[in-house]
Amino acid sequence: MLAQVETPEVDVQILLPLLIMAVGGLLVLTFTSLTKKLPAWFVTAWSVLAALGSAAAVIPLWDRLGDEGPGGTIANSVAFDGFSLFMTVVIALGVALASLLAHSWLDREELPGVELHVLLLLSGSGGIIMAAANDLIVFFLGLETLSMAVYVLAAMNRRRIQSQEAGMKYFVLGSFSSAFLLYGIALIYGAFGTTNLVKISDEFEQSVLIDDGLLLGGLAMMIVGLAFKVGAVPFHAWTPDVYDGAPTPVVAWMGSGVKAAGFAGLLRIMSTAFGPVVDDWSFPLEIIAAATMLLGSFSAIVQTDVKRMLAYSSISHAGFMLLGVVAATDRGTASTLFYVATYTFLVAGTFGILSAVAGKGDSDFSFEAFSGLGRRRPIIAFALMVFLLAQAGIPATTGFYAKFSVIAAAVDADRYWLAIVAMAAAVIGAFLYLRIIVSMYLVDADDDAPALEMPHWTVGVVVSVAVLVTIGFGIFPGPIDALATDALAVLTAAP
Amino acid sequence: MVESFLAAGGTSVPFPALTSLIVLPLLGAVAIAIVPGARLEAHRLIALLVTTMTGAASVWVLLEFDKSDPGLQFRSETPTTWVESLGITWDLGIDGISLFLVVLTGILFPLAIVGVKPEHSPKSYFAWIVLLEAGVMGVFVTLDLFFFFVFFEVVLVPMYFLIGSWGHGNRVYAATKFFIYTMFGSALMLVGILTIVFFHEDATGITTFNIVTLAEEQAWSVDAGRWIFLAFALAFSVKVPIFPVHTWLPDAHTEAPTAGSVILAGVMLKLGTYGFLRFGLYLFPEAAVWFAPVMMILGTVGIIYGAIAATMQKDLKRLVAYSSVAHLGFIVLGTFAITTEGLTGSVMQMVNHGLSTGALFFLVGWMYERRHTREIAALGGLQKVAPVFAAAFTLVMLSSIGLPGLNGFVGEFLILLGAFVASPWIASIAATGVILAALYLLWAYQRVFHGPTEGDNADMADLTVSEGLVLLPMLVLIVFLGVYPKPMLERIEPAVDALIAHVDLNVEDWSEPTADIIDVTPGLDEHGEDDK
Repeated sequence: MLAQVETPEVDVQILLPLLIMAVGGLLVLTFTSLTKKLPAWFVTAWSVLAALGSAAAVIPLWDRLGDEGPGGTIANSVAFDGFSLFMTVVIALGVALASLLAHSWLDREELPGVELHVLLLLSGSGGIIMAAANDLIVFFLGLETLSMAVYVLAAMNRRRIQSQEAGMKYFVLGSFSSAFLLYGIALIYGAFGTTNLVKISDEFEQSVLIDDGLLLGGLAMMIVGLAFKVGAVPFHAWTPDVYDGAPTPVVAWMGSGVKAAGFAGLLRIMSTAFGPVVDDWSFPLEIIAAATMLLGSFSAIVQTDVKRMLAYSSISHAGFMLLGVVAATDRGTASTLFYVATYTFLVAGTFGILSAVAGKGDSDFSFEAFSGLGRRRPIIAFALMVFLLAQAGIPATTGFYAKFSVIAAAVDADRYWLAIVAMAAAVIGAFLYLRIIVSMYLVDADDDAPALEMPHWTVGVVVSVAVLVTIGFGIFPGPIDALATDALAVLTAAP
Repeated sequence: MVESFLAAGGTSVPFPALTSLIVLPLLGAVAIAIVPGARLEAHRLIALLVTTMTGAASVWVLLEFDKSDPGLQFRSETPTTWVESLGITWDLGIDGISLFLVVLTGILFPLAIVGVKPEHSPKSYFAWIVLLEAGVMGVFVTLDLFFFFVFFEVVLVPMYFLIGSWGHGNRVYAATKFFIYTMFGSALMLVGILTIVFFHEDATGITTFNIVTLAEEQAWSVDAGRWIFLAFALAFSVKVPIFPVHTWLPDAHTEAPTAGSVILAGVMLKLGTYGFLRFGLYLFPEAAVWFAPVMMILGTVGIIYGAIAATMQKDLKRLVAYSSVAHLGFIVLGTFAITTEGLTGSVMQMVNHGLSTGALFFLVGWMYERRHTREIAALGGLQKVAPVFAAAFTLVMLSSIGLPGLNGFVGEFLILLGAFVASPWIASIAATGVILAALYLLWAYQRVFHGPTEGDNADMADLTVSEGLVLLPMLVLIVFLGVYPKPMLERIEPAVDALIAHVDLNVEDWSEPTADIIDVTPGLDEHGEDDK
């Protein structure tokens, strides 16, 4: 006779954003294998709608959260709180933006097929799982779903050897880091006998650790795994090569959604479950943050290729986002959330333009390709200037308030030296963005420079939305800041 | 659109004059960006219209200003909350210290737009200039440290493009140096701002960026205050600039287009000296008193160094640039004398320097347009062919030297008086700067305007009517403020006295330096011109 297995209750509404995205991806995949080729516009529209639908599903949940307060489902392994909802929206928007960028890219590179969109949706659903995971095993499942899809996405450009190389590199190094993370989880299970984040934090309250070797070992391994995903120094080496080789819309997704998911994991695991041992992990993370900001900025300066330069600058941004994690305060979490949310739009806009400027082949990212852009295509140049100034942290853009709030969080947590390092890195960073702006506006193009075609309207939509968000919320950062602050208040309340 | 915005003040809320000083140029910049590029004159017209309206608003503020009130005026009773979690508010106010800087900004911008036409791409040129005005005005009127930092930083971008795109010679280098230098200077200031905000939060439980609240409550220790003052001082020193962090200035000034130089010297350098007053003395009275001797010495070094360097320049524009270093040294000296005379003189000298150096940059710019050189050796005998030009130059130069009867004298005299009371030695050394100024300017004048008129110099056209009209307001003010400075001084002085009272209240064992030999009361009767 079979033993009676008690299955945990499943609250479908909480899982709805995830289900819409994952099922959306799987459905379109099924359709294409059954019917004839679907038109490209339909696939793009489908995946954008799936992503936006997933974001829209959060709205009633946000109301419900206000009524019921935070909770969990599936035996408390998936969290339902403001934090997961905030991150879900960020990731879903990242998918929508990347899908729009991918549409014209696929067309231009003559790579028909639905795979790119499907993989975007699937990796997005992995990201949502990571953001909501309340259990280390569930978190790992999300991480692998996300990563597997992104490995393939990186190698998506079949005609470019660098793209294959990027996929391979990312896969090998990524698997390595996943192994670290898994081993870390195992050690923590060894220390506590549970992988549930709530139970882990309960353990800290109820029992005194006599020997914390297992815990520290596990923590260290997990930090390695997570730092790799967000591209923090010294686990950043994959970033420039992969960014360089991967299709540009995919890079936009890696910079926005993948990074957001990585930070969701870092924030939730470090701040909630391991909050009680903050003294053990904050110092190493401080060093990592400082090294990431500085090395990212310094290495970016010496690059001769704009895409590689922006790859290094994304490393530097990861360092800034880490400031909020290191602060380990409510303000810190809110500031990182603000940073991640606004950076998503910045990255999508930036790489959207980069892809348009590079033209067919997706490979010419030299400074020459950008020279005289201010005269040749004033609107495109203006948009890119907005994104670059925002990344440099110039006021009246979201980039400024993002940097301001993470540095405020660091100062609030008495990490003065880290705040000073951050400001130094910001100034060094400003220099590199100026270099690109100089080529666009202050260097004239060669006469034989090819005429730059106006990008497809889908790219135009992405860039316009990103410009509006960057300037609009740059001048009025209040609304997103308020949301991020709400999102965190719920995170710290035990689910 | 603009009209409806002005009308929005309506009956319930008083006319948001200070907000309009920032929002008008912002809307103007957007309007310029929207109007298509082919309509050449349209952009100039919008820019002129917007800056004139802003200028008119600033004059309106001047007329409505209550000179008997030493505090901040035109404040909204309920400041708009901007970011709730950090207590950032849109809170503007103006007192006798910022009043004249706002008016100077309001006057100089339309003149800079009328005075010089860009060599290319007028659309973006005018958009950047108008945007710059919004930033500069913002610094002078905001009472919130967050917005202060925002405006302080945001002015870098338009100026970067103005220098880099419409400048001369090594413009990209000069622009980048300017940008990175100034940004690096203010990097530590941001950490300083955040530190005092959180000190205040820890002490009182209230998160606010409001400088009035922060300055009144002084919720930080003496040591912390000194360190944070240093962070602020670095930012302002770069902006002023004070020796030895002045090296960006000669490059930026020389390579900038004429309008850029006028604005840079006229108002942007004042962001630093104004910062010292509002965010140095007012926020950190204890630290300011403690560092005052060092700052006075640095100011004096700047005076002497700037003067000597100016004497040795071969390029006329570079000479004027170095003379700025010397003049701003006087302002720093007067500020850190922390006496009524010194501070009043400093505030007045900020305006004087804006007028005289602004006018000098106009003249040098027009000379360059005609002769395509700024090399002093290549010029000569211009007085014969351009007598009006030479006359205007003479007047402006004499104001810059500080000739009695012109505005420069009143400011420098007050500063030296104030500095003498605080430290006779430093004041005596600084006074030699006045002589040196006469030396380098008169010598330059002699080489450029006197002597035989040879080669291309013989063909130089005289000042045109439109150029004369641009210069006229400045010349009138130079003479008026020299002969009758009372209306200005009586508005500055109450604010300065309030500032000194604030320092007195917050610093133990300190009182305003006085000297028995000079009777400085009552008021400002010691310089004969304003006696009736």
